[in-house]
Amino acid sequence: MSLSTQDVEKVARLARLAMSPSEIETSRNQLNGIFGLIAEMQAVDTDGVEPMSHSQDLAQRLREDKVTESNQREAFQAIAPQVEQGLFLVPKVIE
Amino acid sequence: MSWEIVIGLEVHVQLSTQSKIFCGASTAFGAEPNTQADAVSLALPGVLPVLNKGAVERAIKFGLATGAHIAPRSVFARKNYFYPDLPKGYQISQFELPVVGQGALTIQVPAQGKQPAYEKVVRLTRAHLEEDAGKSLHEDFHGMTGIDLNRAGTPLLEIVSEPDMRSAAEAVAYAKTLHTLVQWIGICDGNMQEGSFRCDANVSVHKPGTPFGTRREIKNLNSFRFLEQAINYEVQHQIAVLEDGGSIQQATVLFDPDTGETRVMRTKEDAHDYRYFPDPDLLPLEISEEWKQQVAATLPELPHTKQERYVRDLGLSAYDANVLTQSKGIAEYFEATAQACNQPKLAANWVINDVRRFMTEGAKDENGEPAASEVRDGVPGRDAIRVPAESLGKLISRITDSTISNAGAKKLFSALWTAQDTTNVDLLIEQMGLKQVSDSGAIEKIVDEIMAANTDKVAEYRSGKDKLFGFFVGQAMKASKGQANPAQLNEILKAKLAG
Repeated sequence: MSLSTQDVEKVARLARLAMSPSEIETSRNQLNGIFGLIAEMQAVDTDGVEPMSHSQDLAQRLREDKVTESNQREAFQAIAPQVEQGLFLVPKVIE
Repeated sequence: MSWEIVIGLEVHVQLSTQSKIFCGASTAFGAEPNTQADAVSLALPGVLPVLNKGAVERAIKFGLATGAHIAPRSVFARKNYFYPDLPKGYQISQFELPVVGQGALTIQVPAQGKQPAYEKVVRLTRAHLEEDAGKSLHEDFHGMTGIDLNRAGTPLLEIVSEPDMRSAAEAVAYAKTLHTLVQWIGICDGNMQEGSFRCDANVSVHKPGTPFGTRREIKNLNSFRFLEQAINYEVQHQIAVLEDGGSIQQATVLFDPDTGETRVMRTKEDAHDYRYFPDPDLLPLEISEEWKQQVAATLPELPHTKQERYVRDLGLSAYDANVLTQSKGIAEYFEATAQACNQPKLAANWVINDVRRFMTEGAKDENGEPAASEVRDGVPGRDAIRVPAESLGKLISRITDSTISNAGAKKLFSALWTAQDTTNVDLLIEQMGLKQVSDSGAIEKIVDEIMAANTDKVAEYRSGKDKLFGFFVGQAMKASKGQANPAQLNEILKAKLAG
């Protein structure tokens, strides 16, 4: 499998990345290289092997349902570009 | 051939945990903006999610309560999209392997016009755990949008049904049954005003026997009334378009309660491509048989099981059993009352008619508006019942042992509802003078006096004017100040008038 320029443009748009035509071409080659690696791996016989969703063969550890965090709004908002009435301000979003 | 309506619901249930799904920030409603947004909620660099055991337990409870398959191993995935109230740029959700698999919910659809009430089983496709996003405030902040991330990371269980519903009434019955169930098993506070229970409805129409039509999804319906209105509007709209020779485009729509209409939010062309993949920050969630058993042991008797037991063991009608199990508080109150008087049918009547009426009417503030804390989505909590179950049980016992009449019992109940001491029923009967006269000698004396004072009427009655019987009952009741035992009075009157 190999990616077209349009495929890369679509992925870049979904990731909100502005890319120049030369960057698109570089990325296309790199991504196709990764597909090459995947193709090699797919040649391995994995019949009867349970697929994993994580590289570590462990189960998720859980925490007790307890409130452990206190209000640190002032500290967090000190580094925010713009705040008002306790809210973070961002450029207007219209649905 | 008429159109068939096809509806499937996705319901977001906010789980009633103390802390968020992946961090220890509080989930309490109504806090000052961003005071419950910790480093994980804000997605500061380097933070990692740690799953809340309480959220998983609640998902297990739901799976057990709907007879669903609970996955021994489920996986969290990233759902990628950009919005300022989602600071990570992805929502942690579940995709291919959800925690709860296929289940079912039995619903009672109420009678409508000529169509009688009926029962229906709605299949559940799945239920999965995910985190909520923050809130965007679009009011004017100098042309900017305000972001509050207190809600970001609040645990949700998204419950997805099969497209099994065929009318707005069925969809509402399903939503109500689900709403009762999640509160009943204690996994959600059910507060719809605060967004704890939000419905999305997938609606399409088609001619029976043909494939399903193209669906449109109505987003974020937070009341049963809006759910019904939105579906009815959407169905009319789709039928009108199709009958005009048009076609339906797959779309996401919003319901506007002010106009009662739905409007398109986005079409399929600009639908999100979420690029789900397993979240490398989280390992698979494993649920052992042992954990499932432990959670199962904490489940209360479920509404449907209670209904069956009320009909089978207590001799109640299916309708009564259904009404009594619309909230766990009411069901528990009914059971305590029935036990106190050992008269389940009478207890059911009193709870269904009198207690529920007083709960709704009694739970009003000084302006006559329902008090929000007590009546939530039309179902008041047990704390709205002012008369203890033991007292109502005692009251019913006093009817059955003929101490008080039915009319007297109504007065007594009303007084008990506002009484300071709601426990001493017998004392109140005494104080209110509600004790019936059941001494036949005393009743006979009253009857004799009345007959002596109305000899003309007695003659008329004896000559065949049966209707006058009511007149004598009225006179005797008046003379006894309403305290004569009605059954006894009737008997004595009949005998004496017969001569």
